[in-house]
Amino acid sequence: MTEKHGKKELVIPGEIIATGDEFLPGDWTLKQGNDIISSRYGVVEKQDRLIKIIPISGVYIPRSGNTVIGEIKDLTNAGWVIDIGGPYQAFLPLRECPGFVEESEMENIYGIGDLILTQVLNVKRTSVDLTMKMRERGFGKIREGSVIRVNPHRVPRVIGKEGSMVSLIKNASNCMITVGQNGLIWIQGNNIDEQIYAEKAIQFIVENITTEGLTEKAEKWLADNKPKITKEKKE
Amino acid sequence: MTKDEKSLYTKRSDGRAFDSIREISAKVGVVPNADGSAIFAQGDTIAIASVYGPKTHHPKNQQNPEKGVIRVHYGMLSFSVTERIKPGVSRRSQEINQVTEWALSNVVMLEELPGTVIDVHINILQANAGTRCAGINAAAMALAHAGIPMKEMVSAVAIGKMDKTIVSDVTKEEEDMEEGEGATDIPMAFLSHSEKITLLQLDGRIQVDRFGEALEAGKKACKKIFEIQKKALKEAE
Repeated sequence: MTEKHGKKELVIPGEIIATGDEFLPGDWTLKQGNDIISSRYGVVEKQDRLIKIIPISGVYIPRSGNTVIGEIKDLTNAGWVIDIGGPYQAFLPLRECPGFVEESEMENIYGIGDLILTQVLNVKRTSVDLTMKMRERGFGKIREGSVIRVNPHRVPRVIGKEGSMVSLIKNASNCMITVGQNGLIWIQGNNIDEQIYAEKAIQFIVENITTEGLTEKAEKWLADNKPKITKEKKE
Repeated sequence: MTKDEKSLYTKRSDGRAFDSIREISAKVGVVPNADGSAIFAQGDTIAIASVYGPKTHHPKNQQNPEKGVIRVHYGMLSFSVTERIKPGVSRRSQEINQVTEWALSNVVMLEELPGTVIDVHINILQANAGTRCAGINAAAMALAHAGIPMKEMVSAVAIGKMDKTIVSDVTKEEEDMEEGEGATDIPMAFLSHSEKITLLQLDGRIQVDRFGEALEAGKKACKKIFEIQKKALKEAE
């Protein structure tokens, strides 16, 4: 994932992006005769001999291992039905919850409308299984803070290389920020001003995603917009 | 190019050349809440397409476990024509829903999305003939904008035969012509690269040996339309 995709040309479905045997068709490409064509609206990326398309739009496509934030939609006797975006419904089975949960207790743990932080376990053909087994990741119900939604294709840039961008915002705002791969981001601050500051910082990244030198611009934005804290900071 | 030596139709009401299409403006991302959207204006005919999906197909008994389904909702807004149109479905809108679904299903890679539905809403803001074609043009752009996997793009145009003259991109005034052989309306859609036909309808009469001429005129016009659709997508954001 390059930082400067804004300088690259966008390609449309059906467009020829390579001819001959120089490249092998990767994600979102089709081989037709001697040509490799794009099947998505996005940016061309070449990795050694592989040519693929990085989509810039479209619903979230779940992958095993992704951390996501979902909303409880329904309860069944085997678990919770959850909306994580994407084309298919997700399911959190009772047995993937940490500890032992009785069927009658289900609603008290997670009720309809609750937001939870969870992980994709398995992507099946027309459904997705979730898990909360890795307790150290802090999975569970989201009780405090706020959750904002961004285009899931922007998430890698918001996180940055090895978390550099999101760390920049965390340090400047003193907030805990958990980024779901499905585009939902959970922000927990000590006070409302810092929380809003973090939210706006993320919006700034998302709006300027195609700009060059985004890291420097982000640092400048964070410095210019730092809120004056009137309350005492918690330790 | 046209066998119009004896044709009664020698000049178009808006002064265009017979193979000239109306001025087009196109843009994507006009409906922020949709997963993809586009506006396509061809002369006075304006269509807005909004795409929602892919998402789980409800009701479950209509799901196709082998591939996704495209659901088109075409509607003309009541003020789009001179005499108010009652909102809601009509036999005409049901027909257009069906032919548009067929036209788009040929390019969308539905086998990649089993059990899902993609809702395509086409609203006609203003109508001066060629509405189903403008709708397909907008819908194709909106589907690409929404990140739906597609093999190629689709472009559509309404070709007409006015008495003996083949014309590209008919207007309402031309559709209503009655002199000589009258007006025949032939909406058609072509795929951008393979040039295969994905919509073909006939409203009127045309000699069999002239049909090829109409198709050629359509192919030529759709090439121009495709360039505009491509430009709008590439210049988005």
